[in-house]
Amino acid sequence: MTDLKFEECLQRLEQIVSALEAGNLPLEDSLKVFEEGVALSRRCARYLEDAERRIELLAKDEAGGLTTKPFIWEPDEES
Amino acid sequence: MSSTRTVLSVSELSTKLRDVLEERFPAVWVEGEISNFKVYGSGHAYFTLKDAAAQIRAVLFRNRTRRLRFEPKDGLHVMAFGSIEVYAQRGEYQLVVELLEPRGLGALQLAFEQLKARLEAEGLFDPARKRALPRFPRKIGIVTSPTGAAIRDMLRVIGRRFGDLHIVLAPARVQGDGAADEIAEGVANLNALGDVDVIIVGRGGGSLEDLWAFNEEVVARALVASKAPVISAVGHEVDFTIADFVADLRAPTPSAAAELVVREKQAVVDALADLRGRLDRAMTRRLEREHSRLAALADRRVLTDPARPLRDHERRVDDARARLRRAMRATLREAGHVFRTASVGLGRGSPLGRLERGQRQLEQLDGRLRLDIRRAVEGCRHHVRAAAGRLDSLSPLGVLARGYSVTRLPSGEVLRTVSQVARGDLVRVLLHRGSLDCRVEKAREQDDRPQV
Repeated sequence: MTDLKFEECLQRLEQIVSALEAGNLPLEDSLKVFEEGVALSRRCARYLEDAERRIELLAKDEAGGLTTKPFIWEPDEES
Repeated sequence: MSSTRTVLSVSELSTKLRDVLEERFPAVWVEGEISNFKVYGSGHAYFTLKDAAAQIRAVLFRNRTRRLRFEPKDGLHVMAFGSIEVYAQRGEYQLVVELLEPRGLGALQLAFEQLKARLEAEGLFDPARKRALPRFPRKIGIVTSPTGAAIRDMLRVIGRRFGDLHIVLAPARVQGDGAADEIAEGVANLNALGDVDVIIVGRGGGSLEDLWAFNEEVVARALVASKAPVISAVGHEVDFTIADFVADLRAPTPSAAAELVVREKQAVVDALADLRGRLDRAMTRRLEREHSRLAALADRRVLTDPARPLRDHERRVDDARARLRRAMRATLREAGHVFRTASVGLGRGSPLGRLERGQRQLEQLDGRLRLDIRRAVEGCRHHVRAAAGRLDSLSPLGVLARGYSVTRLPSGEVLRTVSQVARGDLVRVLLHRGSLDCRVEKAREQDDRPQV
């Protein structure tokens, strides 16, 4: 998601869906925006799936710079 | 009497008074209302404590004012702890305050109310200042104790709903001295990472004292300065902390804050699925519509019977032509009628009438002339016939009529004597009516006719 932010992708997708639902577009334009919409929804879905599960602890190194290290935790055996 | 009189100087008396007072009241609690409170350039604060009947001057030295958790001000009812000090130069005594506590409200509560009023006046609680949470946070910052219940609760909630989130924990003590500074620093550090989408600041429930760090100004300022939206999550459902007022969103507990964050992601996932479905349905509907339009077009006569419009045109041309003709005829009729009407009008007493009459006369005269001529011709013809009759009787042809005949040689020569022919010659006999071609059988010089 380099050129378009996720939010913008989603917004554009919303616009496209509304336009298609209104049904005023010429058929050719409909097909064009439909393709764009499919591409956008794929990008959004990929973006959502891309998020990785990572838990880190923020710390300061000797120089006072910020670093992160994995945060290990054991979920307790609760109901 | 007067010889036993003891006279003290002002200084001596003052010294004695100071000794008595300072010895007698080295440590005392005094309750009263603050008035004329004033902080000097030196950092020392001077004020008066008073009640309905009396007043006493008081001083709060700089090193003491810094320890206060509330701001002393006029009208405030306080309990002061300190010692009495005599200021001999001005003949005054004052209370040197070591501790100052608000009366009625606890000091913490008062401090809370005062900070709240000040920040509110600055507009930091303004709803317009609150930012919306990102609809889909990828990286979540959490400021809390890494060993507390709060972080475990949040990780459990996030793990249950969505495993795939990137969480950065900025460890901070959440109670005790220095906690507020660590919390503030944690918020700043998370912002310094640059890519944290939302920050949760919180801890589990506890007493007002335990939660105090979240009521400190340094924390409030850190939340205000945060670029990423902040959710406050101090486990204290009933009371609000200053952090709750300043944060972009307040969650009653750390678990609730985690729910809010992942609920946004769930909402986005749902919204995306919904959009995708609507996109497909809208396009399908559109295509179906085009299909049925196409089908409708294909069914039309234009395509199934291409000659049809031509025939229609022809019929229209025919119709038009017929109508044109009718119209022309009607117009002509009308014109004719007009013309005749006009002619009749014109005819009366016009040269045409006279011309007609002249012509009739001419025709009559002409007829009479023809009759006269015919009669004259008939008369002539009669005369001619009569003359011809008389002429007839005189002609040789008339003789033939009486039974005589003329015989001629083929050369046309009239036979008068038998010597002109020999036997076998052809002769033509002319009768009154018709002629005979004869061959000579016999020629006789003498015949039996009477001699004349």
